[in-house]
Order: sequence, then structure tokens, then C-alpha cells
Amino acid sequence: MAALGTAAPPRAAVAVDRAAARAFVQAHIAPHADAWDRQGVIPEETLERIGAAGLWAPFLPIDLGGRGLDMVTLGEVHEEVGRGCSSVRSLLTVHTMLSWALNRWGSPDQLEQWAEELAAGRVLGAFCLSEPGAGSDAAGIASTATPHRGGWLLRGTKKWTTNGQRADLFLVFARTESSIVALLVPRTTPGVRVTPIHDMLGTRSSMLAEIEFDDVALGPEALLGPSAFAAGMVLTGTLDLGRYSVAAGSVGIIQASLDASTAYASERAVGGTLLRDMQLIRAKLSDMVTDVRAARLLCAEAGRLKDAGDPATIMATWVAKYFASTAAAKHSAEAVQIHGANGCSPRYPVARYYRDAKVMEIIEGSTEIQRTTIAGEAFREWTP
Amino acid sequence: MAAQSVDGRILEFIEGRFPQAGIEPGQDIFSLGYINSLFAMELVMFLEKTFAFTLPNDELRIENFRTVEAMTALVDRCRSAVAVG
Repeated sequence: MAALGTAAPPRAAVAVDRAAARAFVQAHIAPHADAWDRQGVIPEETLERIGAAGLWAPFLPIDLGGRGLDMVTLGEVHEEVGRGCSSVRSLLTVHTMLSWALNRWGSPDQLEQWAEELAAGRVLGAFCLSEPGAGSDAAGIASTATPHRGGWLLRGTKKWTTNGQRADLFLVFARTESSIVALLVPRTTPGVRVTPIHDMLGTRSSMLAEIEFDDVALGPEALLGPSAFAAGMVLTGTLDLGRYSVAAGSVGIIQASLDASTAYASERAVGGTLLRDMQLIRAKLSDMVTDVRAARLLCAEAGRLKDAGDPATIMATWVAKYFASTAAAKHSAEAVQIHGANGCSPRYPVARYYRDAKVMEIIEGSTEIQRTTIAGEAFREWTP
Repeated sequence: MAAQSVDGRILEFIEGRFPQAGIEPGQDIFSLGYINSLFAMELVMFLEKTFAFTLPNDELRIENFRTVEAMTALVDRCRSAVAVG
């Protein structure tokens, strides 16, 4: 297991930072995001470009094929990708979750087998937790992992798996007799069946799938991290990073909503007056400016605490995700409002932002779970 | 100011999170009903950051976290392993 964000990137490598990510997104992601949204797929060529740009798992240590990127910068990169396309950012999120869990909990053999492939994007990862009967209530999962010939027999169905249609390696959480386990399951394992899910409200090109594990026989090397008591930490840690990525992506949605609204308000006139000169429109824009800065700072603080190894990062990430995702939903709705009927059409990207933002309030812990947990923090630290 | 003991720092961390708990070093913290996966993760991060080691998977057993005394012994073992390694 290796610490994150401790090494400098190699000088010869292409830079991975906010500026590089923004340039990449402007050139290769944003111009196509609406078309991908309609087609429901991210092209293979784009997945390869993301790998060439070093964006799949740059936080992995250099000796595992990554760049040793710190968490603050990773959040900035995911914000920039989310600004262009939330579906692509979703693919990064789940790939990040699997790659981080492998780096944090993986055995030397597991790291040797998978880390460099994941860093390069030659193997794409997905995170399998939600089921037809269990979402934010992760404790309710029904998939089972039973000891079998020295390994495991996996049985169950996972649903809403981002990049399930395309991913090569699944991180699957299943129930044992006494706890849960995390298992690495290659897509090609006999008994794995993938069924695409289409026509979702938002992140429509994130290639969702339902994945059935029908008596999938796995060796002992499939187990990632500890079993029993501590297996919950694998899930908690992995979800924490996913939440961080979603928070950063939500900041990207707010920024994109602001960008689109500012541009539209500067060209659209009503009754001879530009929208930008109307006080009610300016009020909406001022709230976008304020909230995007606040959300960005909350993400940066969560990232800073991650880089410091500070346990306060977990609650900071809950707060960042709650604030950023709800602000994204609010401001993307206002962006549509500013655009009027045009905003409801495929001619402008704000309808996509609006649909994608709604998803951010549900994934990696719904807004209701966020609020319940954050309120619990208030009582936890309360002294009468 | 004298350096704080390992068990003192662990107690301080737990009491910082749960000011009303009133934990004793030999007390089973799981019996108090406070422990969930969020706090377990925070506890692991705290131990790793404060005492500068990475907990190996085979040490992530419930017995090692049941009491402050058990966690202190865990810290001593892991620090020794770091020093030897």
C-alpha cells in the first residue's frame, strides 16, 4: 500500500493539472458532449485520448504508472472535465474509485497485475455497489460471496453501474456470512453478464449497465483488502473518493452553467434590453458566481485534508458534495431559465447540465443521506 | 511540554469526536454504540497520520480496535515494523 500524492511527476510526462485538463476538455470533450449525450456513448477514440493525456488515474504513484498527482489537483482536473461533460467525468470517477482502492488496499500481486494497466487506461474500472434493492443504503446489498474452493463464489445483480457497458474490471461489494467483501472481478470471468441501461435522465453517455454475477467462481486473489470488520473501510474510503470526484464535477457544472448564462445574457435582448442589463438576471448570475467559488473552496479544503492524511477529510468531503451538488442543481435550473425556450432545446448545452446536475444529487449518497450524516456530525461534536 | 503518550493521543482523538463518551483505556468502544464505518475510517486515518505508518491489511481486525489499550499495542507493533523495515 502506498501513500498518495507524495511524489513529483516525471518531467518528460505531459502535464496533468487544471490548465492542461481545461485545454484537453475544450479541444476534445466539450465540443462533442451534446452529441455523445444523444448517442448514449463515449467513443473509444476519446477513451484512448483520455489515456494519452494521463487523466485516468494520475494520482497513482509513479512506480505504478501514475504521476503521483495530489488530491487537490485531481479535484481540479475532475472539475474541468465535469465542466465539459459529466458523463466523461463519471467514467473518471468510477475508474478513480477502483484505482484508489487497489492502491490503498491491494496486495503486491494485485498491484503488479492491475495498477499500470489502470493508470494507462488500458484496463477501465467500474464500481459495483448499488443493486435493484439497495442504493444509498449500502448495508442492504443482497449479493453474496461464499467461500468456494479456496476462493469465492459470487452471486447477485448490480445496477446503475457507471461504465458497466465498457469497463474491463469491476470492484464488486458482496455480503458474506458475517460482513461484506470487496472483490476484483474481470469482465471476462464466466458467469458475468452485462445488460446496458439506456435513456436515463442525465449522464446519458456514461454507459450504465446492470451486471449479473451468476455463480461466478473467483480465486482468493480476487479479494481486495481485508474481510470482516475492516471491509467496511474499503467501501467507506472508496465512496469518499467518489464523493470528492462528484463534488468537483458538480463545481464544473456550476461553472459551465455560469459560462453559458453569461454568454447568452450578453447576446439575447428582450424588449430592446440585453438580458445582462436586467436586474433579475444579474441576481441569478451573482448567485452562480458566489456559489461556484464557495463550492470550489469546499472541494479544495477536502482535497487538502486528503493530501495531509487528515481524517477530517471524510466529513469535509460530505459537506463539499452536498453543497456543490445542490448548488449545481439550483444553478443549472437557473441557466435553463435564463435561456428560456432555447434552454429547453438541444441547441444549447444547459438542458444537459440541468439533467446531469440532478444525477449529482443522487449518486455517491443522496442529498438526504448527506444531510442526515452532516447533521449527525453536529451532534457528534456537541458538548452540552 | 512533555510528549503525549500513545494511549493519551488516541483517547483525545476519540473524545474529540465524541465529547460525551467518557472512554476508559480498557473499555470496549464498540459496546458504546458509536462506531460506524465512517468513524472506523477516521480512526484508521488518524492512527496512520499521527503515528506515521500504514496499517497492513492483516492488522485490520476488530480486536485491534476494540479498546484504546488494543490500539496502543497495534501502534507499537506497526511502529516497530516500520523501524525494522
